[in-house]
Amino acid sequence: MSASFTKSTARNIFYGGAVFFFLLFLALTFDTTQALPKRDNRANLTEQVARGKNIWETRNCIGCHTLLGEGAYFAPELGNVYQRRGPEFIKAWIKGQPTGAPGRRQMPQFHLNDGELEDLVAFLKYASEIDTNHWPPNIEG
Amino acid sequence: MTTAATATLVPPGDDASANVQLKYRSQAVAKPYFIAAIGLFVGQIIFGLVMGLQYVIGDFLFPEIPFNVARMVHTNLLIVWLLFGFMGAGYYLIPEEAERELHSPKLALVAFWVFLIAGALTIVGYLAVPYATLARLTGNDILPTMGREFLEQPTITKVGIVVVALTFLYNLSLTVLKGRKTTISLVMMLGLWGLAIFFLFSFYNPTNLVLDKYYWWWVVHLWVEGVWELIMGAMLAFVLVKVTGVDREVIEKWLYLIIAMTLITGIIGTGHHYFWIGTPAYWQVWGSVFSALEPVPFFMMTMFAFNMVNRRRRDHPNKAAVLWALGTGVMAFLGAGVWGFLHTLAPVNYLTHGTQITASHGHMAFYGAYAMVVITMISYAMPLLRGREANGNRAQVVEMWSFWLMTVSMVFITLFLTAAGILQVWMQRMGDSPLPFMVAQEKIAFFYWLREAAGVVFFIGLVLYIVSFFVTGKSRAPR
Ligand code: HEM
Ligand code: HEM
Ligand SMILES: [Fe+2]
Repeated sequence: MSASFTKSTARNIFYGGAVFFFLLFLALTFDTTQALPKRDNRANLTEQVARGKNIWETRNCIGCHTLLGEGAYFAPELGNVYQRRGPEFIKAWIKGQPTGAPGRRQMPQFHLNDGELEDLVAFLKYASEIDTNHWPPNIEG
Repeated sequence: MTTAATATLVPPGDDASANVQLKYRSQAVAKPYFIAAIGLFVGQIIFGLVMGLQYVIGDFLFPEIPFNVARMVHTNLLIVWLLFGFMGAGYYLIPEEAERELHSPKLALVAFWVFLIAGALTIVGYLAVPYATLARLTGNDILPTMGREFLEQPTITKVGIVVVALTFLYNLSLTVLKGRKTTISLVMMLGLWGLAIFFLFSFYNPTNLVLDKYYWWWVVHLWVEGVWELIMGAMLAFVLVKVTGVDREVIEKWLYLIIAMTLITGIIGTGHHYFWIGTPAYWQVWGSVFSALEPVPFFMMTMFAFNMVNRRRRDHPNKAAVLWALGTGVMAFLGAGVWGFLHTLAPVNYLTHGTQITASHGHMAFYGAYAMVVITMISYAMPLLRGREANGNRAQVVEMWSFWLMTVSMVFITLFLTAAGILQVWMQRMGDSPLPFMVAQEKIAFFYWLREAAGVVFFIGLVLYIVSFFVTGKSRAPR
């Protein structure tokens, strides 16, 4: 680097750049917040969905599965499982775990009652109706 | 010269003055932090190997340790040992930069034990009781924050982390305020304060899944592609000043330029996580463009490390530390820069999002940038903390072997996961008759076996690294 390019020039680029781009980020966040009601399916955010999200979290489902592509990569995507499998299959599946099939990846038994299963399915249905810009590419997730 | 026998932990304030290598004896509080970091690193890798096996032998250790539990332990131990490393680095380098003793060494030691015990209890909680029980016992319903990736800790543990971070920041900030202010200490403090501030978003967990995910990334992305890079840059700059003897002005100018590029690209670069989670489509443009530039600061870091070492004015006897510093430059660029770029453009990410490609990048980036910079710091500071300028020849040779074993096996882990990821995308997401997830997984099991084999080599490298601390011999550097 040339000697005319001083440390204080570098410092000013740092502070100026950091502040400018952070403010730009806040502006984009503000705009996103304005746009979300049309996309994030909040009209269907019921009490039941909220309970379902709590069950989702307290069983740490994200520790094996992805949800809208985020999470762990050990087990299938669940953002679109409602469309892939339907509510009855999902409930029966959760009740039937673990499969115990030798050598196969195992999902724990969570001892959820019927009400809790309904809540969880409601959460998955809500999640599946978020506008994700057509992701995932196909039904397999 | 120095003796190789002062291997015991010297409590600050007592006979630490006997350690002639330390400019300020309160720097000694860094030592337990570094030891804890290495211990937790071992735990992290053991659980990585457990999961690696579960990928191919699905019922391994089931139901005792389900995959999700092993994963929490693996990733949380990673974060916690890196935090221990950053704190140790802070306690070591801030007094030296500020040219005065730490404000309160006692507080630093108390915080150490609080953090270690809270961390250990949390891990025991993960392993001993079902997660739902842990949530209930720790009062998750009062302020639900659990059950999100990387942020699985009970809410009270999160509060504990904040408290420890605050005592740490208080301690260091007062030290800096009362002492000499250098660019390195300023950047370090900015990074550490940023770390604490963005962690506060982990307490925000709205029911609205899109908002939840949107702000979750303010912790995760703004950490690793934002403020942590400041911490990394400061640590690297500190070690390079010490081992190369290059003029501080030059090094600090580089540091400012690197972190300027980090924030200029990385803040808006957050958009590469806002492609498919319900956020507006314009993020595909913003996120792709800015994150495509994120490799720039990492490349500058590589150039920086090599340039400074080439221009060195002295030959520091600690060759291993120099090797780690150069390795950090290269591996951070490969893992974050190259493997990040690989899947960061929206059309590519549409196909690779949430696959083994993501895992391959996550591994090399975390190892190459943050694991390695912490080890660089430990490699430089630990001999000094143990009363010698550098380790003896044999110890350094063993340490360098561990460097190569861990680093090369991490390259292979990344390559095998990349192969698995490409096949996964091909089979599951492309073509007219995509395969179900589990079917595709079975077809790529071969690569998971190879990953596990590379993981075993990584573990051997880690064991060797620990062995290097116990190798004695003359304090003469290898040639
Ligand atoms: C023996 C070596 C290792 C093995 C076998 C291993 C294995 C694994 C496995 C199976 C996962 C879960 C992937 C999934 O969700 O399906 C994982 C996640 C992860 N591991 Fe490792 N690991 C190892 C070493 C490391 C090291 C050295 C680091 C960093 C320094 C690391 C950082 C991570 C991170 C950040 C994640 C989360 C990745 C993501 O969400 O994309 N691991 N590891
Ligand atoms: C040292 C710096 C970095 C670290 C430690 C890191 C780590 C990670 C981790 C652990 C994930 C997975 C998160 C999850 O579990 O959902 C991830 C995702 C991602 N990273 Fe990085 N990263 C770094 C830098 C970068 C850079 C510089 C780029 C771009 C050039 C990048 C691009 C991405 C992308 C696009 C994803 C999303 C992958 C997906 O859609 O599944 N990363 N990163
Ligand atoms: Fe990111």
